[in-house]
Amino acid sequence: MPPGPTGKLLVGVLALQGGFQAHERVLARLGAEAREVRVPADLDGLQGLVIPGGESTTICLGLEREGLIEPLRERALDGLPVLGSCAGLIVLDRDHLGVMDIVARRNAFGRQVSSFEADIELAGLSDGPVRGIFIRAPWIAGHGPAVAILAHVGGHGVAARQGRMLAVAFHSELGDDDRVHRMFLNDVGDYAAGAARSSASQP
Amino acid sequence: MREESTFRVKSGLAEMLKGGVIMDVVTPAQATVAEDAGAAAVMALERVPADIRRDGGVARMSDPEMIVGIQEAVSIPVMAKARIGHFVEAQVLEALEVDYVDESEVLTPADESHHIDKWAFKVPFVCGATNLGEALRRIGEGAAMIRSKGEAGTGDIVEAVRHMRLIVGEIRRLQALSEEELPTAAKELGAPLELVREVARQGRLPVVLFCAGGIATPADAALMMSLGAEGVFVGSGIFKSEDPPARARAIVEATTHWQRPERVAAASRGLGGAMTSLESSKLEHEQLLAHRGW
Repeated sequence: MPPGPTGKLLVGVLALQGGFQAHERVLARLGAEAREVRVPADLDGLQGLVIPGGESTTICLGLEREGLIEPLRERALDGLPVLGSCAGLIVLDRDHLGVMDIVARRNAFGRQVSSFEADIELAGLSDGPVRGIFIRAPWIAGHGPAVAILAHVGGHGVAARQGRMLAVAFHSELGDDDRVHRMFLNDVGDYAAGAARSSASQP
Repeated sequence: MREESTFRVKSGLAEMLKGGVIMDVVTPAQATVAEDAGAAAVMALERVPADIRRDGGVARMSDPEMIVGIQEAVSIPVMAKARIGHFVEAQVLEALEVDYVDESEVLTPADESHHIDKWAFKVPFVCGATNLGEALRRIGEGAAMIRSKGEAGTGDIVEAVRHMRLIVGEIRRLQALSEEELPTAAKELGAPLELVREVARQGRLPVVLFCAGGIATPADAALMMSLGAEGVFVGSGIFKSEDPPARARAIVEATTHWQRPERVAAASRGLGGAMTSLESSKLEHEQLLAHRGW
């Protein structure tokens, strides 16, 4: 992967509330630099963004309070790679940021006593299933033609891709399998390389 | 293979509450105020700690009717308290499908020598601790989240600070010890050796650490985050204050922006009066809640 300004890919992790530190640990393990994002200025120069799990109502209220909704929407529609997990999937959907053409159903698998782990076959990942940790997880109740559903549990979509946006209903960051983050960092690397080429071609 | 309620699933929910504020509520209407202000979860209970203190008598698990009403009012996680050692109250709360059970010293203990065997439950537990040994004993019993106890219902932050500094300081001390010193440390802490080894290696608890007991202002919340809390519980501090919705929003904002004093300052403006407070050093020994549990 081509390096960012510090020699590492610079990935923002939305840190208004939720499981942002677990994502930071995985990103650091994979050699990327993580920056916590709480205000619009924290978005400057990012080559990728993670929207972590947490409480989607809390995170959405925070996005509104901080004036982050428009800047995030612009960056995502501009092609910035985004990984949303659990609440992050909800934040990306039609009814919230509206950047992915999916409809999330909140707490679709039930309350905490129904939370579970399961092996998930994820399209695009070789070397066997990934261990998904589902915590009061949503599922994808509907989607448009631009969206590819990458995985199912019990007939419900639990992972989706639209361009460089990747949304998963589970927490890969809580396990020891880094493959979902690697998939995301591949997109981040491509995006960083594209941005470097376009700035080099300018006079 | 599908497995429900593994320890990763239990402690994982606490991971998702990080950086958030968990608010005590006694009615569905209060729960809605908390959710609209950005609470990451609510704690459903019949009386907030300040009222439990004032009224005296035996404090028990809340009426299931009230808990169900709160579950229906909000979509964020709903927690509820069981008495220390009262495993049937915990079973009732599990049957109600609350998202977390707080085995809490704020209620009157039901057992003077045994905490609940929390491994036997599908629902995760949060427990209070005043020091590292107590935290690790609770984790050894299956707790998936720890909160420092503080002194609930006082609005006085001093005990929360004492407990958080003690827990974090003891973790730092363990990191400096050699492998052969750890068994003695485990004995002194009264904690399982395996957990002591893990804390020494990682430099943190194996589960999420929140703070509770005495938080009344946005600055209190930011102080506790600076001292190592990963999120805060606010009991009487919100709904016993003059303007609960504004104070709830302000404490949420200060918990997110604890590293930015200018944001804590902005959040603290115009909130009206804080809760009526009690200085915890002036309380009689039998009025203190934090020494319940062991």
